[in-house]
Amino acid sequence: MDISNYIYLSAILFTIGAIGVVVRRNAIVVFMCVELMLNAANLAFVTFSRINGNIDGQIASFFTMVVAACEVVVGLAIIVTMYRSCRSASVDDASLLKR
Amino acid sequence: MTTRNDLVYLIALPLFSSAFLLLLGKVANKWGHLFATLVSASTFGIGLYEFVAMRSRAGDARAATQKIFEWISVGTFKVDASLLLDQLSICFVLLITGVGTLIHIYSIAYMSHDKDRRRFFAYLNLFIAAMLLLVLGDSYLNLYVGWEGVGLASYLLIGFWNERPAYATAAKKAFVANRVGDIGLSLAIMIAFTQFGSVTFAGVKAGAPHASPAALTAIGAMILLAAAGKSAQFPLQSWLGDAMAGPTPVSALIHAATMVTAGVYLITRSNFIFDASSTARLLVVIVGAITLLFGAIVGTAKDDIKKALAASTMSQIGYMILATGLGPIGYAFAIMHLLTHGFFKASMFLGAGSVMHGMNDEVNMRRYGGLGKVMPITAITFGLGYLAIIGVPPFAGFYSKDKIIETAFNAGGTRGLVLGGAALLGAAITAFYMTRVVVLTFSGKKRWDDQAHPHESPSLMWIPMVLLSVGSVASGYLLSKGSALVHWLAPVVNPTSAEGGKELMRPIVVSELALGVVILGVFTAIVKYGKNVPVEAPHGSVLTRFARRDLGQDDFNHRVLVLPGQAITKGLVAMDFSFIDGVVRAVGWVLSYFSQSLKKVQNGYVRSYALLMTAGAIALLATIWLVTL
Amino acid sequence: MLNMSLHVGSTHTPEAVLFWAMAPLAVLAAVGMLLVKKAVHSALLLAWVMITLAIFYIAQDALFLGIVQVVVYTGAVMMLFLFILMLVGVDSSDSLVENIKGQRPAAILAALGFGGLLTSLIGRAVTHTDAVGLSLVNANGNVQTIAQSLFTQYVWAFEVISALLITAALGAMVLAHSERKHASQRQLSVDRFRQGSLGATAGLPASGVYARHNAVDVPALLPDGTPALTSISPTLEARGDIIASEPFTLSATEEEED
Repeated sequence: MDISNYIYLSAILFTIGAIGVVVRRNAIVVFMCVELMLNAANLAFVTFSRINGNIDGQIASFFTMVVAACEVVVGLAIIVTMYRSCRSASVDDASLLKR
Repeated sequence: MTTRNDLVYLIALPLFSSAFLLLLGKVANKWGHLFATLVSASTFGIGLYEFVAMRSRAGDARAATQKIFEWISVGTFKVDASLLLDQLSICFVLLITGVGTLIHIYSIAYMSHDKDRRRFFAYLNLFIAAMLLLVLGDSYLNLYVGWEGVGLASYLLIGFWNERPAYATAAKKAFVANRVGDIGLSLAIMIAFTQFGSVTFAGVKAGAPHASPAALTAIGAMILLAAAGKSAQFPLQSWLGDAMAGPTPVSALIHAATMVTAGVYLITRSNFIFDASSTARLLVVIVGAITLLFGAIVGTAKDDIKKALAASTMSQIGYMILATGLGPIGYAFAIMHLLTHGFFKASMFLGAGSVMHGMNDEVNMRRYGGLGKVMPITAITFGLGYLAIIGVPPFAGFYSKDKIIETAFNAGGTRGLVLGGAALLGAAITAFYMTRVVVLTFSGKKRWDDQAHPHESPSLMWIPMVLLSVGSVASGYLLSKGSALVHWLAPVVNPTSAEGGKELMRPIVVSELALGVVILGVFTAIVKYGKNVPVEAPHGSVLTRFARRDLGQDDFNHRVLVLPGQAITKGLVAMDFSFIDGVVRAVGWVLSYFSQSLKKVQNGYVRSYALLMTAGAIALLATIWLVTL
Repeated sequence: MLNMSLHVGSTHTPEAVLFWAMAPLAVLAAVGMLLVKKAVHSALLLAWVMITLAIFYIAQDALFLGIVQVVVYTGAVMMLFLFILMLVGVDSSDSLVENIKGQRPAAILAALGFGGLLTSLIGRAVTHTDAVGLSLVNANGNVQTIAQSLFTQYVWAFEVISALLITAALGAMVLAHSERKHASQRQLSVDRFRQGSLGATAGLPASGVYARHNAVDVPALLPDGTPALTSISPTLEARGDIIASEPFTLSATEEEED
């Protein structure tokens, strides 16, 4: 089995996550798709670390995980605030910057 | 060539006097006219002095020059503001200043009731200055300055009573027609510069033998165009009749004696061009012949005394132009006729002014009649002028006009017969309509009622008339005795070359023929107008009505020039608005359309922005994909 | 640890079997996450994907990372997601009708384009040589290797990341904190009696209650006793025909008299 299969898998998961951001309307689900993208990137890092025999890929993946965790915390706090003010969790309702 | 230092005063004195009178304004109203007349007289004095001095010099030294200042010096193009007083110019200087001064004196009385008299005299002085500059300039460019100056003065003076819109329009018409001719002069100067590198008379004369025939014909044609504009020749003759809207002294000075003869001066001065190009000469004689007949025919149908005299002027200048196209000998005869015409036409115009003054500014001859008894001096001076113009010996016109008819026949072949025949016919018609004018005005039963009170004019008016009629009587004989004028002008126009002594008809035969047709014309007029003359003009035949409308000249100009011109202008304006402005507006419209379309991208939805970001990422990947192909 | 992993350092057949069994399921789960209506279901499917990835990490010799993935990501982050989902509305479901025109087709196109480009790029970029593997690097054990690199080469990034964590926590606390505390009834009553004048205590009377005059040129009284100049016609005011209403204002002494 070719090791690059993992890379392909990572690419596919990344694409699915990107499309999910565009298609879904619930703010939390959009956020989850962002998480999916981050995870796909992590998989790629780990695979490359294995390919090159270098631990740096895993370190990078580790950092990505930490940052993703922070981002989730802040992002969900924002969603909660948004929900409290508009009583709606849909991203389409935050369209005040319309032309 | 001698250098004289006082030539500049000929121009400077009247010019500064004019400016002085205009700038001082009402302050000078009481004495302005006297001051201007004094200046004009002193100019005549200087001219006379120069004439005497010139006569005392021998052949080559007769021409005098004076450089005033260096005017243009651009690369190889150098023009100095210089004056040239030679045998040709002195004739004109004496005519302009002499007749001009007499008319200044006449105007003191004629314009005595006009509140703008000072302005009138200022303009008259301006005219004198400009006309002197025209005849004294030593290059085409200096002449052009004077040319434009007289055009300006003519405009100012025709439209002197500019409260009346019709007069102002007449002034504008004169200026515009002159302008068309001026294009010819400009082009001639430009062609001369490209061909000869110089625009002075001496420079062009030196270069003429070496130039190409096409260039010479072109310059000649352009000069003819300029002369036609200024001298009211066909096809630019439509302004002269309307120019009679100006005061009568103006008509006498400008539109009889001096400005309208500037065209003849120009052609004579450019004799080296016309001698070298037979095509140009042919054009000149055609224009002259057509105009002399045109003016004569129009003159027969005019009831306005001034317009009749104007048509007569047009016709007589046609004679002069015809003469200038007949070769080297013709120039001298043209100048001779010009000088004699200056006398008798000015005298007749002043006489017409005197009649109008007596008849309360009535110009319609049908309301005159029997004025000879009431205004004897006017009748006599006018009558002498009349005899001169129809060519009765021994008066002035006999000598000058017969010489022209003779030279026309001597041109030989069909051309000679046609031109001579036309000149004879013109003489006949001239006799007819001038007799008509005299009979309608001075003889017969009176057609005016007693409220008119015609009276003889004051002395300031009839003295100049008398002096001018002396010229009508004597000038012809004096100028032709012993071919005096021909010999005087010979150094300038070289009449000894070319003509070859052709004499197809003996002079006495020509004179008899001319006298015959004149008597015929006189009798016809007396028979027709001697008895009862209707006060209201009769309907008249088709030809009469056509002649009354100046042979359709205004209609022609309107149909052929004005209406298409207006159509072109309207078309250009429409094209400018729809096309050129349209392009600009289209640019704006396109931009706004695109911006309106692009505005729709910002719909406020996060998801569509996310889609745009994804699209951007795809674009980036695609670039990498393409680059690593 | 080394012995328990499945032939790390090489891609033998067991790993292939593992891959081909788990990977399609992960992809299906991801697609499902996109398509299901209820948000909770999406969360659960995402959790599935994360577990699969953890297994892949372990299979690829990233033992520490695999455990961290399970503990932190699936354990903490996904649980956080589920808590918030509960808060926001566990029953909330997206309608499947798309209200932005052309979004769905554009999204499908973007998916195909993006995926296609990525795959072909990867296909070009990655060579088919065998992986080096981490057996040499992991000689002392995976955790030790990571620690060695993390605390020497990447210590600066490590410190910054920890600062980031603290900041994120603080930020979340600030964002989610709500200050609003409703005053109690007793507090409201105390505040009312401590206002400027007693007039505000029981509410001000209606207009006209304390009126002493109904003349046109005497201004009316406002509920708190001061004259209302707008009750007079401006003509009178301009002419100066107003009678002062001082005598008619309500003063404290007069009140006490009553």
